[in-house]
Amino acid sequence: MKPHLSLLIAVAIISASALAYEVLLMRLFSIIQWHHFAYMIISLALLGYGVSGVFLALNRDRLVQLFPSVIMANMLLFSLFAAICFLLAQQVPFNPSEMLWTSVQLLYLCGIYLMLALPFFFAANVVGLSLYRYKNQVASIYAADLLGAGLGSVGVILLLTIVFPEKVLTVLMLSGIVAALLVSSYFDASKHWTLASVIIGLAVIIIPPGWMTLKVSPYKSLNQLLQVPGTKIIDRYSSPLGLISVVKSDITPLRHAPGLSLNATTEPPEQLAVFTDADNMTAITRYNGNPETLGYLDQTTSALPYHLKQHSDILILGAGTGSDILQANYRAIKHIDAVELNPQIIDLVQRKYADFAGYLYSSAHVNVHVDEARGYLAATDKTYDLVNISLLDAFGASAAGLYSMAENYLYTEQAIREYLRHVSPDGYLSITRWIKIPPRDEPKLLATIINALKDAGVRQPGQQIIMIRGWQTSTLIIKNGALAAEEISRLKQFCNERSFDLVYYPGISESEVNRFNIQQQPYLYEATVALLGDQSRAFIDAYKFNIEAATDDKPYLFHFFKWRTLPEILSLLGTGGSFLLESGYLLLIAALVQAILASLLLIALPLRLWKSKLGIEPGSGNHLSMLVYFFSLGLAFLFIEIAFIQKFILILHHPLYAITVVLSTFLLSAGIGSYFSTKLSHSTEKLAFMLPMAAIALLSISYSLGFESITDFLLKIGSLSRYLFSIILIAPLGFCMGMPFPMALAKISQTTPALIPWAWGINGCASVISAILATLIAMQFGFTVLIFLAVCLYGVAAWCFPKL
Amino acid sequence: MRRVKHLIFWLVVIGIILLLFSTHVIAENDFSRQRYALVNVIKAEIMTARGFLNQESLDERVLDTLLKVPRHEFVRDTERPHAYTNSPLPIGYGQTISQPFIVAIMTDLLQLKKTDRVLEVGTGSGYQAAILAELADSVYTIEIIEPLAKQAAENLKRTGYDAVHTRSGDGYYGWEEAAPFDGIVVTAVASHIPPPLIKQLKPGGRMIIPVGAQFMTQYLVLVTKDANEKVTTRQILPVSFVPLTGKH
Repeated sequence: MKPHLSLLIAVAIISASALAYEVLLMRLFSIIQWHHFAYMIISLALLGYGVSGVFLALNRDRLVQLFPSVIMANMLLFSLFAAICFLLAQQVPFNPSEMLWTSVQLLYLCGIYLMLALPFFFAANVVGLSLYRYKNQVASIYAADLLGAGLGSVGVILLLTIVFPEKVLTVLMLSGIVAALLVSSYFDASKHWTLASVIIGLAVIIIPPGWMTLKVSPYKSLNQLLQVPGTKIIDRYSSPLGLISVVKSDITPLRHAPGLSLNATTEPPEQLAVFTDADNMTAITRYNGNPETLGYLDQTTSALPYHLKQHSDILILGAGTGSDILQANYRAIKHIDAVELNPQIIDLVQRKYADFAGYLYSSAHVNVHVDEARGYLAATDKTYDLVNISLLDAFGASAAGLYSMAENYLYTEQAIREYLRHVSPDGYLSITRWIKIPPRDEPKLLATIINALKDAGVRQPGQQIIMIRGWQTSTLIIKNGALAAEEISRLKQFCNERSFDLVYYPGISESEVNRFNIQQQPYLYEATVALLGDQSRAFIDAYKFNIEAATDDKPYLFHFFKWRTLPEILSLLGTGGSFLLESGYLLLIAALVQAILASLLLIALPLRLWKSKLGIEPGSGNHLSMLVYFFSLGLAFLFIEIAFIQKFILILHHPLYAITVVLSTFLLSAGIGSYFSTKLSHSTEKLAFMLPMAAIALLSISYSLGFESITDFLLKIGSLSRYLFSIILIAPLGFCMGMPFPMALAKISQTTPALIPWAWGINGCASVISAILATLIAMQFGFTVLIFLAVCLYGVAAWCFPKL
Repeated sequence: MRRVKHLIFWLVVIGIILLLFSTHVIAENDFSRQRYALVNVIKAEIMTARGFLNQESLDERVLDTLLKVPRHEFVRDTERPHAYTNSPLPIGYGQTISQPFIVAIMTDLLQLKKTDRVLEVGTGSGYQAAILAELADSVYTIEIIEPLAKQAAENLKRTGYDAVHTRSGDGYYGWEEAAPFDGIVVTAVASHIPPPLIKQLKPGGRMIIPVGAQFMTQYLVLVTKDANEKVTTRQILPVSFVPLTGKH
């Protein structure tokens, strides 16, 4: 029996909607909560796929008899519960920062997982049951599933660029209804289902738009500011990069001037606050063209490079709302190139609030580029007197260790080398960061910079480095050449006038450090001296946080966690030592443990209790091979997918475009691969089954080994060709990766078809574990190891295949 | 018969009154016992943090104050059962009442004398102001969130701290009419230390600022102005933790 085209389209729509829902939830929870919790919540909600597998495995024959009704019911339930579950979940008073204080928060968190798993459960039922019903045509169903998911990954990004995220939810609800209508058009006995679909669809369209308002946590900085009398949101913009809110404060001035010297007497002019995802505040400053009003910006550590030497041509990476440009204006810099990733932020300063910002981004001496920092630099050979990177992440998130699992290609050895390549002889690279106590990112950044300088052939990196700090920020300067005595004397004068502390300059003595902003020990001075000395390896090993240099293969500057330090920190939790916990990493571990436990429950328990009900014949051993096969596939598919997404962020520059292009290419090509897998399945040659596995191993190992050459080549070509080449590189791999799953299902359909839903569930559980595990492995061992592990897993699967 | 009924009626009424009164006394006694236990916890925790605080124990006067000020009067009814746990608690409007351990350290670091004048920026629930009022001569406190300022003023009045000067508004410019101050507590930290507050600090005065998000104090900044008006800061971890094992 062949599945009708309308059913295949309906399956594709549901898969597209489920993937879009996953991306959408990530966006919504990043706005109402915090990004790292969003990641954890959604990873675990995907266990809905695993639950569906068990549910279908135990009830397969009853459900398949009512196939059209069950499928349509699940489609409609997905539609309804996608919205209802999110609305309910955001009513749960979950507050992550209270988790260490009150255990009830853990219950709230579990409640949210369970609620959000429900829509995924319904979506998975649609695909899983279709696979079982059309067991002789699994490849077509699986292809529809993958193609749908691929289109969904592109579609949701497009939708998020057009409408606010809460509106996308309505679109997803409607798409589920359309899928149900498509199915009902094909199956006869379902007039009441058609009616139900139409009624729900009309209800979704008619309901007033106010039904869906986001309930942002009161502890996010946007809501904290909105408590101040006279503040109001005057503008909101949305894109997949984030929800931007502009806040005006009529009564109390905003006064955003992080890192201001204790000796400063001036305060900032009027400002508008700009929040991304209700957090990460920056400010648009009123500028009337008179640099005198910007005096406060000269009282911050990041003003140092302007005092060491007069510059004429500078580059600002991460220009944001323009405060670094204003700082440069104060020092009358003749030409500024400003690079910013988010076009909506630029638009705010360039158009919407151009008058307020004094037409800053339209000034003749300022060139604004919408680009990612390394992407911009790869495409230009220009050199600058100063390359400046200041405080790109907000203090709160940075301090709480929440970025630990986010890859960041701005602060790697390769990135530093790239920046230095664009610094003119005797020019500077300047990086300003938040002070953290005890220090973490500064020593790690220093280790990275020292490695980068050594790799570039610099014999005495210490001769080119300056570091200073206030109580809130530190600025690190790397000169393209040895520092001169005159620069050192200017440095001292700058620090003395502003009560900033010298951390390091070539020739510094210990008596000069830790004078104004006194720390328990001169941590940063000690770290710099140690890292520049012969004992740097021993220092890195003895340090209680991970301060290993970040590289493009392990681009995790903010990953500071060391297992060795955990017991000590745990013993300090009672006294409020939670800020020492690198919570992002620990949350990932917690998510992994939960996913493994849930998977064990979903796979092992039914296997023990309802073996025969699952369809496993007594005495048969092939179910164990099946378990290993589908589990390995589930792990390996995402290992490769995630490794390639992360690697291609560097090539395609833009994280969002990289994820969209790589993910959709993988899914779409895997979908096509799945469709073509039937040709191999029918082949009588035993080796035919091994072909895709061998191709996957060959392709991924060669890509992984040759990645540096591929990157170098792709970065030199134009952006359209770069995207095209990326697609051409990924598509064959994706094509092969789409085959092993349906090929095995096709084989099972001939031997033990009852086990198809069970296999579907195993694959679902493995995918959830895989997504989390892949990030942890990449953080610990790098992407290359991740890819090799995936190849090994495909090897294990290949070994199991004949026993299925 | 009527007289007996009358007598029974009055006995019941007196009984109820006594019962209500005694539950109040029992509750007060209970809270007092909890305060005592809390102070013992804080004392023990200070021992672990002494390396960073450069002192073996907190000023006895600060600990006595913690024993005296009824924290349960400064939290919401729903949080009363947790009023004496050593943790921060939500007080509404996205704000929190600080962890008692942090309150104790901050107060101790101010080294207040009975004649001192203190300013607090960010009244919150009013608990810190009440603590300060026990140790200093006069306390001025400003809260920018209006309903919170009103609630704190009521809390302070109800608990007998009506001498605390409260105000609702922007704390950036301090309290010019009452300046200079021997001590300043800035619980609602701005993106930087407001220059007017540094100006309103007396030579020899101390200002304390907790840095971090709600529910998580990362470190404390102690700003001191010496007799020559030279301003320095000290960044203090509230826990005993050194980032390096051994000497390198």
